[in-house]
Amino acid sequence: MSNLQLLFDAPVLLVQLIADGILVGSIFALAAYGMALVWGVMNVINIAQGEFVMIGGYVTYTLYSLGVHPLLGVPAAAIVLFVLGWAIYRLVIFRVVDRDLFVSLLATFGLSILIQQLLNQIFTSDVQSADSGLDTLFLFDGMVTVPHIKVVAFVLTLAIAGCLVVFLKSSRLGQAIRATAQNARAARILGIDTDRVYAATYALNAALCGAAGALVVMTWVIQPFQGLAYTVRSFMIVVVAGLGNLPGVIVSAFGLGAAENLAGFILGAEFQIAFVFGLLVVVLLVRSHRLKRQRRYLK
Amino acid sequence: MLGKLKPLALAAAAASLCLAGGAASAKVEGDTIVLGAAVSVTGKYSTNGKHTMNGYNLAIETINAAGGVEVAGKTYKLEIVYYDDESTPARGAQLAERLISQDGIKFLLGPYSSGLTKAIAPVTEKYGIPMVEGNGASRSLFTQGYKYLFAVLSTSEQYLAGAISLAAEKAIAEGRKPQDLTVALAFENDPFSQDVRAGVIDDASTYGIRVVIDDKLPKELNDMSATLTKVKAVKPDILVVSGHSKGAATAIKQIADMKVDVPILALTHCEAADVIGKFGAKADYTLCATQWAETMSYSDDLFGSAADYAKTFEAKFGYVPPYQAAESSASVQTFVDAFQRAGSFETDAVRDALAATDMETFYGNIKFDESGKNIAKPMALRQVQNGSLVVVAPTKWAAAEMIYPRPKWSDR
Repeated sequence: MSNLQLLFDAPVLLVQLIADGILVGSIFALAAYGMALVWGVMNVINIAQGEFVMIGGYVTYTLYSLGVHPLLGVPAAAIVLFVLGWAIYRLVIFRVVDRDLFVSLLATFGLSILIQQLLNQIFTSDVQSADSGLDTLFLFDGMVTVPHIKVVAFVLTLAIAGCLVVFLKSSRLGQAIRATAQNARAARILGIDTDRVYAATYALNAALCGAAGALVVMTWVIQPFQGLAYTVRSFMIVVVAGLGNLPGVIVSAFGLGAAENLAGFILGAEFQIAFVFGLLVVVLLVRSHRLKRQRRYLK
Repeated sequence: MLGKLKPLALAAAAASLCLAGGAASAKVEGDTIVLGAAVSVTGKYSTNGKHTMNGYNLAIETINAAGGVEVAGKTYKLEIVYYDDESTPARGAQLAERLISQDGIKFLLGPYSSGLTKAIAPVTEKYGIPMVEGNGASRSLFTQGYKYLFAVLSTSEQYLAGAISLAAEKAIAEGRKPQDLTVALAFENDPFSQDVRAGVIDDASTYGIRVVIDDKLPKELNDMSATLTKVKAVKPDILVVSGHSKGAATAIKQIADMKVDVPILALTHCEAADVIGKFGAKADYTLCATQWAETMSYSDDLFGSAADYAKTFEAKFGYVPPYQAAESSASVQTFVDAFQRAGSFETDAVRDALAATDMETFYGNIKFDESGKNIAKPMALRQVQNGSLVVVAPTKWAAAEMIYPRPKWSDR
């Protein structure tokens, strides 16, 4: 508990931890939006989410090694992944969209293994990273340091979230996506090409992951087998926030980021991820308890 | 190209399988000694698996070109049968079974990584097949009483222990007591890194150095900021991080991003993560543990000096050999030396000859203790100075003084 003592002695550390957590959470939020979208609209849990993030990272890394500034990798990775997402939908996902959830879980799990190995073949298992060349922000006499890249990631996430909300609310495609999410059959009767909507949704998800990957490669390091962490975190963020709740996704991503960092500091890094899993269990228990009570009411 | 080669390779594999079926008992066919190895061609260890394979291949080619191996008056060529263990221990164990019982191989070279070696060693032990390895450093490999396992490399608990002694030396030179020093540890939660940690803790306690942070990083974690925040707060004298390539890259990147100032930073896997190539000046002043460096003054008759080995290797494969390749080449040399001294291909005779090994190679001296680990070669520490790695410890091979303390980020 000496770590806790440390926090009381120097509360400024708390600022560092929470700031770090929220900024990091914003990157998770990007991948989590995508997952929430695909899950909500198509009823597919995309296990390959983390691998899309890694592909986005490698797209950016490739551009970076060709001399392009990695920040340009954010739109570039989004575009590449959009196309790739569309292709994957046309090849694989459309076959599993109306099937049992278990089938799509298996299919995307297979995809994730395939992508890992392909990335490994192309880029080798070496750890890669791209240097954004951005500096670090010093606050409180240098006790709190915030790398600019994390701030950039934060702002970008909020901007993309804003765009996404506007897009879903007001654009034709966005409205079609929402209609399909509410009732696919009714949407089809009203003349919406749900197959196209699904393809667009999946591609959009991939694009979001791509953007997240570009930020990941600038903030941390990437490796073909690092994707799982992002899949798991997206999953948790979506579960905590609930489906179809974009602001909820952002808040829960920030909260999880901060909670994770605090747990890592106080309990030690070995409990950083375990703590978050524990939190997930608690959230699920509380939720199922509440649901049960509600059900009794309805009877 | 590959498409054309594949059927050929398949045919060759089928042919060799038939041959193996025919002469299942001996894996010395005519004038060829066949060694076997499962290495990681695919999967997460594929980069280091490739280094391992290149090391083995360079050794057998060089030995064959120099006339081969003379055993009991007859000259033999060397050959290696490889399988891809896909970086998974279970597959490695299966393949070892296959090499031994199906292909009839009697002498095994090690895979890459401690995890794979741990999976294969029980199999070689069961069949009484000698295995010489250069890439499994975990000390738990040498506490099982294995009789057929020999490792040419220094074991993991020695990796960063030198950094602690170096820090203590510096403290004494400055007129401080080592007991006043503090050390922060951040190690990945896997067998290898935890062994490295055990060695560091042992050394710290001999000097009375206090451990103020002791974090175990989960494998899935690629963010050290919580640990580094703690480091900034408690200001230890030494920060030691080990977590394979990912750990090294993450540490260098985040320490620079968060501007963490610490007088000594010591890592493993600097070369594997290519910290200098990837992070440039951010990697400066870092201490890196290495099994071997091409600047050291070891030499033998086959490859010449360590520098000669590096030159031959680079000419063939196009990159400077990391120590993973060097120790793999040395493993083959160890086998050859044992064959010559045993004067036969009887597995137990070769095993006994291996146990009695006492030789000098370009990679360092090799002499095994009871448990089969090499006790004649120390670990070295190199420091990144102006973008290149310079040996700073042990003093016998030191090319330069350690730059101490690391300059503060605000002064760089």
